[in-house]
Amino acid sequence: MTVVTQTLILCARVLRNLSRQPIWIAVMIVQPMFWLLLYSQLFKRITDLPGFGGVSYVDYLTPGVAIMTAFFSGSWAGMGMIEDLDRGVLERFLATPASRAAIVFGRILQAAIIATLQALLILLVGLLLGATNGGVIGWMVILLAAFLTAAGFAGLSHGIALRTRQEASMIAVAQFISLPLLFFSSLLIARTLIPDWMQTASLLNPVEWAVRAARGEAIPGTDWGEMGTFLLLLAGFLVLTTAFATRSFRSYQRTL
Amino acid sequence: MDAIVVDSLEKTYGRGVKALDGIRFSVPEGEVFGLLGPNGAGKSTTVRILATLTTADAGSATVAGHDVAREAGAVRRAIGYVPQASGVDREATGHENLILQGRLQGMRGSDLERRSADLLETFGLSDKANALVKTYSGGMKRRLDVAMGLVHRPQVLFLDEPTTGLDPEARAAMWEELEALASAERLTILLTTHYLEEADRLARRVAIVSKGKVVVEGTPESLKSELRGDAVTVELDGTDTNRAADIARDLVGVHEVTKDGRRIHLRVDQGAQAVPVILAALDSAGSGVQSVTVSRPSLDDVYLHYTGRDFRADDGESR
Ligand SMILES: Nc1ncnc2c1ncn2[C@@H]1O[C@H](COP(=O)(O)OP(=O)(O)OP(=O)(O)O)[C@@H](O)[C@H]1O
Ligand SMILES: [Mg+2]
Repeated sequence: MTVVTQTLILCARVLRNLSRQPIWIAVMIVQPMFWLLLYSQLFKRITDLPGFGGVSYVDYLTPGVAIMTAFFSGSWAGMGMIEDLDRGVLERFLATPASRAAIVFGRILQAAIIATLQALLILLVGLLLGATNGGVIGWMVILLAAFLTAAGFAGLSHGIALRTRQEASMIAVAQFISLPLLFFSSLLIARTLIPDWMQTASLLNPVEWAVRAARGEAIPGTDWGEMGTFLLLLAGFLVLTTAFATRSFRSYQRTL
Repeated sequence: MDAIVVDSLEKTYGRGVKALDGIRFSVPEGEVFGLLGPNGAGKSTTVRILATLTTADAGSATVAGHDVAREAGAVRRAIGYVPQASGVDREATGHENLILQGRLQGMRGSDLERRSADLLETFGLSDKANALVKTYSGGMKRRLDVAMGLVHRPQVLFLDEPTTGLDPEARAAMWEELEALASAERLTILLTTHYLEEADRLARRVAIVSKGKVVVEGTPESLKSELRGDAVTVELDGTDTNRAADIARDLVGVHEVTKDGRRIHLRVDQGAQAVPVILAALDSAGSGVQSVTVSRPSLDDVYLHYTGRDFRADDGESR
């Protein structure tokens, strides 16, 4: 059996278990809509400022909220791994011929699928609020960026989970990382309104890559080269964090 | 052929905890072998090395003919592993757990469905097949654990303390199932346990492990008979135990005599034959006897004899 099949089987297991938690489902649906509605009201008049290129704030915000949601889904994904670890499920998997990589990939894929579904929901709500987000191509790019963001941060999160092996440590590390990443980005605000040095620093931030890629087509004046570059950077980030998670898996195994 | 060969395994965990110190034993195909020992003896560590979950610092081991370090993949296909702490997915049903386990072992389709239904039936879980495992009792969860270890028809099954934490009734039920299992197939089972009674009942041979080493190994019967027969305790009327002990020591078939207050303890080949002889000898010497008890040596005595520690005291300390 191939790594791909095993990844799908393990991913399906987690999705099935989550589908049995109505409260979790409700929060996953309501939260992104809540962000979108809240921010669009809160910052309604922000587009009067220069730098928004004459689009409505909802247009501007929809890709941002999709990425933010994906970022959170990815960052917290490691909690599930710790649960499996505590309950001996992981050890049970390790005594089967299942590929070690598939165990990690399955979890990463699961976070990415959920984030993509959430992004789709956000785009639909955005549409109701009058944001078209660049039509079919724009939507595809946003969904892809959300997928890559969630997967990339899930890799990081699983790596941290496997190294800390404690919920409390995992939460502390995830929180410590996530706030700076959110603020060093143009997630909620036009790039030109951010101080220069922060703009430069934000170029090292995968969240910023995702936001820039996601807005590439949604906001008029598409620069395909720039958008492609950011998507590639994101893909590179995913490869790196997946490698980190897989290595962390080995370091976890050494503690057994 | 030996299904399990463990040769001088050593393992030290971080901070210098020596878990294994040259443990060695082998288990022929189709045998149920028990590893018996107190907390921290190294039983789980041994099983985890054999299940390829962790590696030894020195020594070697093969399972079903494959080296655990170099052919981990082949070993994993050949074994079922039931960990000390249950590894079932509590958020899934019993049926889903079995199917996932089978899938990861490379099974699929109707073969897997049939196997899973059979196992649920065998382990009395058919009624609860579609209930989430978090609604199972401890005994049911443990039976599902064992069923999951068996789904792909392994050659070797590792059971790490299969009945610890179960109430007596659930334990008895599990024993019956394991006994049936052992007699049905050519399955080799390595069982670890704290319960002397469990090893005595299920295992054809046992090894007593202490501090990462096997201190003694054999069939439960041979271990018990190595303690040379039965234990006879004679309680005397008077207080002259010295004279009574001297008389007893000279009798044929009496091996060990120890004194303890008004009692003397004797080890004899055959309790039933020795008692009349002992009583007659003491009577003709004028020593009155108040009571006589004969007991078969248990694995407790074996354990005490070889580790120099009382099993129950050992077992109690870290629980
Ligand atoms: N992952 C680990 N990290 C560090 N030390 C460990 C680890 N696992 C076991 N040990 C130590 O190794 C020794 C042997 O442990 P092991 O679990 O093999 O014993 P055991 O015979 O299975 O005991 P029990 O009957 O309590 O299950 C103990 O001193 C234990 O503390
Ligand atoms: Mg143990």
